[in-house]
Amino acid sequence: MYDTIIIGAGMSGLAAGIRLAYFDQRVCILEKHITIGGLNSFYRMRGRDYDVGLHALTNITPKGTKRGPLARLLKQLRLSREDLQISPQLGSDIVFPGVRLHFNNDFERFRSEIAREFPKQIDNFDRLVTQIVEYDDLDETHQAVSARERLGELISDPLLVEMFFCPLMFYGSAREHDMDWGQFSIMFRSIFMEGLGRPYAGVRLILKHLVRKFRGLGGELKLRTGVDRIKVDNGHVTGVLLENGEELQARRVLSSAGWPETMRMCDDSQLVVSRATGRLSFCETIAALDVQPQALGHRSTITFYNDSEQFHWTKPDKPCDIRSGVICSPNNFDYGDELLDEGTMRITALANFDFWNGLDERKYALEKLRWYDHITASAVRFVPDYRHRVLDTDMFTPTTVVRFTGHDGGAIYGTPDKQFDGRTHLDNLFICGTDQGFVGIIGSIVSGIGMANMHCLRD
Amino acid sequence: MTTADIKAEILDILEVIAPDEDLTNLDDAVNFRDQLELDSMDFLDIVMELRKRHRIQIPEDDYIQLASMNSTVAFLEPLMKDIQKV
Repeated sequence: MYDTIIIGAGMSGLAAGIRLAYFDQRVCILEKHITIGGLNSFYRMRGRDYDVGLHALTNITPKGTKRGPLARLLKQLRLSREDLQISPQLGSDIVFPGVRLHFNNDFERFRSEIAREFPKQIDNFDRLVTQIVEYDDLDETHQAVSARERLGELISDPLLVEMFFCPLMFYGSAREHDMDWGQFSIMFRSIFMEGLGRPYAGVRLILKHLVRKFRGLGGELKLRTGVDRIKVDNGHVTGVLLENGEELQARRVLSSAGWPETMRMCDDSQLVVSRATGRLSFCETIAALDVQPQALGHRSTITFYNDSEQFHWTKPDKPCDIRSGVICSPNNFDYGDELLDEGTMRITALANFDFWNGLDERKYALEKLRWYDHITASAVRFVPDYRHRVLDTDMFTPTTVVRFTGHDGGAIYGTPDKQFDGRTHLDNLFICGTDQGFVGIIGSIVSGIGMANMHCLRD
Repeated sequence: MTTADIKAEILDILEVIAPDEDLTNLDDAVNFRDQLELDSMDFLDIVMELRKRHRIQIPEDDYIQLASMNSTVAFLEPLMKDIQKV
């Protein structure tokens, strides 16, 4: 009998597992995939290491900062800042036609860019920032307010509004066209006011620390172990039935599998009000270069681009929406004297799950090549053309996202309706991770910690 | 445990929970919150560490007793007097 079974060995499941195992619970994490990490994972192909998911860690405050999500999660997981070896970004850009806003981990820089490009908006911007700072992320009552409405009241230049939405939606909006004001505030602070960083060794370093910590505390982790059913008796979870036929008993279950996915697993055949699946998914191209991007004149860590004045955050009709995207170069962090061995350029663009899911194997391979070219051709309008320096490439599509995360429709940020309190219709089944409401690596870890604290520790 | 032992134990717990805080000048009469950067999750951790180390159960209604060093020690004294110091 386990005290807690956790479904999914992504960031939130591992973080929750550490909390519970640290306080002497018998915990088992069940992971369907062959590896850990969920959306934020890594793989090796043709002799090269690639990251999936992680572009950068958000919420990077200077060392010694005692407040904010990063400080909170380090304390809660009993990790030290040195464990994560975070190097700050060199600086990132939001690029729209005729306007470029640069930002780094010094918020004043971003403010001065806005003062230069949008001089009439600077007072409005300061008012916006005041409201964002005042937003209390532990108070959920404002979550449901529309960020578009709130920004419309504060900022009178629609172009600037779109330039805020582009990076924040790309990095975490499960809703089309709009964001919740709470989510907008949290993400604005995470990205612009705190900052971006990355460990030299990438996401595998973070995962390695989390797994080592979890196992060191006596936690059990089972890979290739999908849950077929959550066993329910009289409105109460008794355990899980695994896909391999084995049954495990538990006093409670914490699931990071997603809301609709978790509800489907419950065998109480109770009609749970169904919740819309998220519609937003990504394709991402990866290119290994024989040169550091800076040698080509590319210094930007992350470049968010959009080729018209209006930014469209919606499921594309076409296989991919190449009008906008995110270009990330993991080389462009301040690693001190060290350089990554090769150059890497990654481009993320919105994609249509149904198209990619409907292809046979041969067609899928062909379309991947075709859209790799379209996406890259679109992106090099905003960064130096690197196509003549490419050593190898790969690309993930919405169906890859399904394989790594198990999310219906390859929904990168899960369902649009979140369950902030993590509760379900069953008294000992809880949700953490993407569909609880926090996204990104830091957000997922905070979600795992928060739900473990709230629902799994206090009895 | 004596009063001094309990105080030393609380300091040790605070060091684990908030390693970046300087505890040398902690004023025992003043609320932790007014001297240290502690949030509700940290107070939960004080309770959880006491449970992990000494099997002491503190009901949620009593968390407010942990406001300052003095109030914490006073609250814990009857609960910890029979615990052997290790």
